[in-house]
Amino acid sequence: MIPPHQSPLDPAANRREFLRRGLQAGAAVALTGGLASLLWNRHPPGDFNREAASALLPDFSDKNAGPKMAIVTGQNRTAMVRRALEAMGGISRFIKRGDRVMLKVNAAFATPAILSATTHPELAAELVRLCLGAGAASVLVTDNPINDPESCFNLTGIGPAVRAAGAELVLPRAAQFAPGTLPGARLIRDWPILHEPFRGITKLIGVAPVKQHNRAGASMTMKNWYGLLGGRRNQFHQDINGIIVELAMLVRPTFVVLDGTASMMANGPTGGSLADLKPTQTLVVSTDGIAADAFGATLLDKTFRDLPYIAGATERGLGTADFASLNPVRAAV
Amino acid sequence: MKITTARRLTQIFFFTLFVWLCLAATVGPLWWQWRGWPIAWFLQLDPLVALGTVLTTHSFHPSLAWALVTIGLTILFGRVFCGFVCPFGALHQFVSWLGRLGGRPKDKMAANTYRPAQVIKYYVLLALLAAAAGNLLLTLVRASRDSTWIALVVAAVAVLALFWLTLRKVIASFRRAVLFGALLVLVWFGAAALLSVERLTLATLQIGWLDPIPLVYRSFNLVVLPATDLAVEKWFPSGRFYTGVGLIGALFVALVLLNLVVPRFFCRILCPLGALLGVIGRGTLWSIGKTGAKCTECALCDVDCEGACNPMGPIRVSECLMCMNCLDNCPSVRPIAYLPRPSSGGEISASGVTRRGFVATLIAGAAAVPLARLDGSTKSDWSPSLIRPPGSVAEEEFLARCLKCGECMRVCPTNVLQPSGFAHGWESVWTPVLNNRIGTSGCQLNCIACGHACPTAAIRPLTLDEKQGAGDFTEHGPVRIGLAYVDRGRCLPWAMERPCIVCEENCPVTPKAIYVSEIESTVRDGTFAIASIDGATVRVSGTPLTPGRFASGDYTCKLPDETRSRRIVANTADSLTLDTAPTAEEPPPPGALLEVQVRLQRPVIDPARCIGCGVCEHECPMTGLRAIRVTADNETRSANRSILLKGSR
Repeated sequence: MIPPHQSPLDPAANRREFLRRGLQAGAAVALTGGLASLLWNRHPPGDFNREAASALLPDFSDKNAGPKMAIVTGQNRTAMVRRALEAMGGISRFIKRGDRVMLKVNAAFATPAILSATTHPELAAELVRLCLGAGAASVLVTDNPINDPESCFNLTGIGPAVRAAGAELVLPRAAQFAPGTLPGARLIRDWPILHEPFRGITKLIGVAPVKQHNRAGASMTMKNWYGLLGGRRNQFHQDINGIIVELAMLVRPTFVVLDGTASMMANGPTGGSLADLKPTQTLVVSTDGIAADAFGATLLDKTFRDLPYIAGATERGLGTADFASLNPVRAAV
Repeated sequence: MKITTARRLTQIFFFTLFVWLCLAATVGPLWWQWRGWPIAWFLQLDPLVALGTVLTTHSFHPSLAWALVTIGLTILFGRVFCGFVCPFGALHQFVSWLGRLGGRPKDKMAANTYRPAQVIKYYVLLALLAAAAGNLLLTLVRASRDSTWIALVVAAVAVLALFWLTLRKVIASFRRAVLFGALLVLVWFGAAALLSVERLTLATLQIGWLDPIPLVYRSFNLVVLPATDLAVEKWFPSGRFYTGVGLIGALFVALVLLNLVVPRFFCRILCPLGALLGVIGRGTLWSIGKTGAKCTECALCDVDCEGACNPMGPIRVSECLMCMNCLDNCPSVRPIAYLPRPSSGGEISASGVTRRGFVATLIAGAAAVPLARLDGSTKSDWSPSLIRPPGSVAEEEFLARCLKCGECMRVCPTNVLQPSGFAHGWESVWTPVLNNRIGTSGCQLNCIACGHACPTAAIRPLTLDEKQGAGDFTEHGPVRIGLAYVDRGRCLPWAMERPCIVCEENCPVTPKAIYVSEIESTVRDGTFAIASIDGATVRVSGTPLTPGRFASGDYTCKLPDETRSRRIVANTADSLTLDTAPTAEEPPPPGALLEVQVRLQRPVIDPARCIGCGVCEHECPMTGLRAIRVTADNETRSANRSILLKGSR
């Protein structure tokens, strides 16, 4: 900076000294002006209608020939899911060597597995083992639950079970969400989507229990994708059917598993008592989540007509509500 | 190994252990999380915690038995707790050392000389204990009312104590002293008989403000670890937030930085635990002192003295922190040593507390509680937003137990437990309160961590059965911490005719404490003239509709002469498609009016089921001021706050 005058009457302040000081002062003024012009910004901050770069999920749907749906009855979830996948042509139809698999469970609530408000840990672990057995390079398990994430994965038993089976558990962090705008969508516009963990993922499996839901009618595999949304997603309850249809547009899974071994008939989706459950003893594997949910409705003594989001998804060509038309393979274990 | 090296290693060990125990106080299955580690061990070692709770509750909580070890050690070996164990002391010593690196011995000696201000800590101790002792006084008064024998014993003890403490010094004549003593006893019984003692003798446990162990626990639990987690992102996936950390952190940082002004400022001048240990260790068996061997009076022993107890001159035994620096510094052949006998250089045992100061502090401390409670905060003006964690005892008992250590807030898996600010009265500052807007969820149904982390049972350690009213506790019902209520002026389906019921969905109680009342309400400008009906499609005339607006599945159409509405599945600008075709024999005439209605489920609370967990409040999409909120009404711990009539279901 500019050195101070030694004294106003300093005889050393001659012409050379004046020029030197003048140059320093000029440089300081220029530097200030330069910095200001560098940072010059005539636009006021913020644009309320900004739509940022869109983070969407790739299409994971299965393109191989084979049955689209299998319905297995029984009581043992691991045996049922193995049998259903066998009937679909084996897990190797879906999972190839080197695949990186994402398993989206329903871990919404911090309640014990026996209450069936969440994906059963044995079922999740069996799917992990099947994928790894088919040569998958890695299996990630995730959900953005409603209750505290750590408590949810620990209390439901899903966390310890899938870790023991060899999967990596992804507890969602704020930084892993990115805003996405779904083409043709009304609701999923510039909305945070769990995106980062999907980097490098080649296959996506959804696994959910069958539950009554007062607002949506039922919560099954389609409603399960709610757990990929971040932000203040609860406001979508104003148009629950709309958001479930858009989630079906956003997420195209390899296959889904609908666990109706014990269906929550009342007090859903939280449950909390064994009295809320009915042993419907059925498990569905399907490449068409809409068909799986249309079937699941029957386990709750409803039809797909009671669930407007199924009709909405069918209209958009995302699947079929007429699950019988898929000629589901039926088996019992 | 030199004794000071051993001391440093011990301090590092205990400090590391302390940080580790704070870190371990989290719920989870990982090895470093809470696996039965004694997370509150340092609090249990703290004799001030033990004495404070004994004064307020008249009972000795078994988990605090470790304090007896500290007391025993102090009686035998002096304030070794301060010098070797206390994690806060270790931090102060480290910062003081850091601040004087390379300093001249002369300056260090000046800084490490006894200051008269060191007496302050004894007054702090006295005031805190006096505030805690009100109940004890009441018990004595009651007991002496009930039994003459107890009354006589109390009188005798009082006379002797008074006589020994003060009267023999101020009153020369023995006869007058006895008369004066008798007069005081008469005043005591007169007061007991005439005054309403119950309202004057109240107790509160406020040692947590300055007791170093709760203070350092609180600072690490609520400030240091959450701040560190911002960088490491390892301990909590969703981060940790605590309201009012600014003040907690500022106190902590200020106390740490004051070491740069006066070495071990807190330990020497403020620490009430140090004062208590100083009193306990007044006649310690082993102590630092001069042996009588030849001393050159070089004053090197005074240079690094942590307690400023002046080992060279007459040593102040109560101030000695057992840092052992003097032994290490002494260049001669042991003129100073750690010995089981008094110092040959003389000892100063007086703490500096004056008789008047003693009495005035006691009275001020004891009077502060009834004065503070004149604000009515524990009576009719109790704070409805003061929602205590499940298992908390009734409020006055709670204030007699809570240490403000923050263990419950650290262990709470959802971060819903928060330190109270001044909003709930000064006695409640930094005690736990639920804030359902913070954290990952409300109070979780299947969690009982806070009660098991609490070292003094201010929050009782519940079993899951007791909390949920299951098993042996079915008759008692669940533990309620409050009651949710719907703000119908803000609730989407109540006030704005939009579907929602996120609260009902998330209510974890079974059967749900939130149920819905269903109505079908005609939407704004929702009356249309029918043009024609073709199967399930109704054409309307007039203002064009927004295509798809009524197609979400929540809208219905009420045709004239029909009692039941039909769901709308699609709509164009001039038609509505219904889920079923009208069955009326004769279609309504063109021009007849239909109504488009929205099916609304409106949340209603069942107070017999609601436990006040706050999950609904946390999830409510009205994120500014929630449309469903919990207050402490109907909480189980206070019978006088119940909402329901006895026996109602």
